[in-house]
Amino acid sequence: MSNTELEIVVDDPTAPEDNSPAVVSTGVVDIVVSLLLLALAVVLGWDNWRTGASWDSTGPQPGYFPFYLSVILGAASLYGLGTAFVSRREAVETFVTRAQLRRVMAVFVPTFLFCLATQYLGLYVASFLLIAGFMRLVGKIALWKSLLTAFIFTAAMFVTFDIAFDVIMPKGPLEAAFGY
Amino acid sequence: MEAFGLLLHGFAVLLTWKTLLLMMVGLVLGIFVGVLPGLGGPNGVAILLPLTFTMDPTSAIVMLSCIYWGALFGGAITSILFNIPGEAWSVATTFDGYPMAQQGKAAEALTAAFTSSFIGSLVAVLLITFLAPMISSFALKFGPPEFFAVYLLTFCSFVGLGREAKHKTVISMSLGLLLAGVGMDTVSGQLRMTFGSAELLRGINFLVAVIGLFGISEILITMEERLALRGHAAGISLRVVLSVWKDLPKYWVTLLRSSVIGCWLGITPGGAIAASFMGYNLAKRFSKDQESFGKGRIEGVFAPETAAHASGTSALLPMLALGIPGSGTAAILLGGLMVWGLNPGPLLFVEHKDFVWGLIASMYLGNVVGLVLVLTTVPIFASILRVPFAAVAPMIVVSCAIGAYAIQNAMFDIWLMLGFGVVGYVFKKIGIPLAPFTLALVLGSRAEDAFRLSMIGSGGDMKVFWSNGLVGSITTLAIVLLFWPVIDRAFVGAARLLRPAKA
Repeated sequence: MSNTELEIVVDDPTAPEDNSPAVVSTGVVDIVVSLLLLALAVVLGWDNWRTGASWDSTGPQPGYFPFYLSVILGAASLYGLGTAFVSRREAVETFVTRAQLRRVMAVFVPTFLFCLATQYLGLYVASFLLIAGFMRLVGKIALWKSLLTAFIFTAAMFVTFDIAFDVIMPKGPLEAAFGY
Repeated sequence: MEAFGLLLHGFAVLLTWKTLLLMMVGLVLGIFVGVLPGLGGPNGVAILLPLTFTMDPTSAIVMLSCIYWGALFGGAITSILFNIPGEAWSVATTFDGYPMAQQGKAAEALTAAFTSSFIGSLVAVLLITFLAPMISSFALKFGPPEFFAVYLLTFCSFVGLGREAKHKTVISMSLGLLLAGVGMDTVSGQLRMTFGSAELLRGINFLVAVIGLFGISEILITMEERLALRGHAAGISLRVVLSVWKDLPKYWVTLLRSSVIGCWLGITPGGAIAASFMGYNLAKRFSKDQESFGKGRIEGVFAPETAAHASGTSALLPMLALGIPGSGTAAILLGGLMVWGLNPGPLLFVEHKDFVWGLIASMYLGNVVGLVLVLTTVPIFASILRVPFAAVAPMIVVSCAIGAYAIQNAMFDIWLMLGFGVVGYVFKKIGIPLAPFTLALVLGSRAEDAFRLSMIGSGGDMKVFWSNGLVGSITTLAIVLLFWPVIDRAFVGAARLLRPAKA
């Protein structure tokens, strides 16, 4: 077996270290999620009860089907809560390490800002900012490459969706200035 | 041979330059999506769905199904060259595919993978061609109770036969069914679970949820891992292709066995992953030379790829004939059908013959075109992996947002997508399966309508689900499957009790 033919090599300089400390264990997340689902089941169950979850002359009322689903969801989350407390193995398993969380946040925060920007500036401007900013700041790619890629991609999306396929995206002040 | 005539008609519908062009575009996009990390079949189809909103349904489904075939082909490229399975069902392909690439036989492994994918899909498409019309004409006699029983069977088999912890499958499914009920109630017109919010009036769109659950969450998960990769670049020459094809007849048992396994598991929900592993394991068990598996044996590539593609394709059979998707991607295609105003299910074969047979013909044609395309362009696609993820990730995010917005032209949906992205990330990490959620969300309102219509018809008597032989046996089977783990254990326990002396 020769490895001389390795021809494509891509490095990942900012990869998360393997020995990074855990932020939270799977057991804890399991419990939190079960509690949230339980709360959701109670809220939805209550709302459907209010809508009417019994029978009238024509058959089941609108809330009937979802009410019993909330009961099933609630029961399953209670069971999950129970097993999460009992299980020892999952309690120590790492949910996410600090280094991993940093990387996940490096995607999540820009995505969140992108959604916010879309609301006020329109999708295309937000998309340009996201791609250029992400490539430059997170990927440490040369500024001109980042700007060029962002511009080409955004322009291609605009031509494909808004012009060629007539799928209209949210727009902001910049597009308005150009008359779109 | 009515099916054959209709199929020829389907080909006639397809053979226009415009459709062929769309097919190529779909395949290229699909391979692209399959090769890129952080994307896969279901995400690709979901994100690219908006492109097709303004097309006529036949062109749209041709393009979407070609994206799907392309993604299936693309997954094999990264498995073999880089030891990175693009999809869960390509995991088994890496067992022997990557060792082959290390031995300098990457071209043979790729040819084997593409050819066997082609054979697997072909067998499944043949099955669809002849079985789907029969099933759908049978299903035309179904009333609401029968349909509800079939839905129940789908849900129960997920819970009973799934590998995940049972309560997690139940959570995922009931959550999906609940979210499907948000908004205006279709029977009474009353509002449910909207809490006075105008945005929730529209309900929670299935595709928005899917884009968030699969697209956004997949990027978050991909970022957690080390993204460095080392792999082989390979070009495929005609000589290699011919030499692999010349050896094909030797492996006909493996190919046939894997195709049958794939078709069978594809029709039952959630089967593609299981099919690829089962195909691989059975090929290994029946082999005379078990030791050589895992060290770069070509049969180890044939077996899982054939099974995975046969099951990926036959998952479309229940979707077309009954309106019940057999896989996540089939569920998304089903969502697409509804966007174009087509009602999936048995009536589709009567009311939209052109569409159905166009789709089936495109499965044949798409696979042939895909095979040729992928064999000739592998080096280009392998080099896509050189593009840094920092450039790919934001582009995927933008595509997801465009997809989510386009469905209902609502800014709220972009926020919803982000929310589902976080939910998907957490669920995947604590082992709550997403496939039952997807299925429940797309089938939820249909299942509820079927239930309520049968209740109204019977005057609220649950016995309607056992009112005749057909509906009775489906309902009973559903309940048996739901409690399958318990029944299975009871059988094992009883068997042990019966022969205590031997133990």
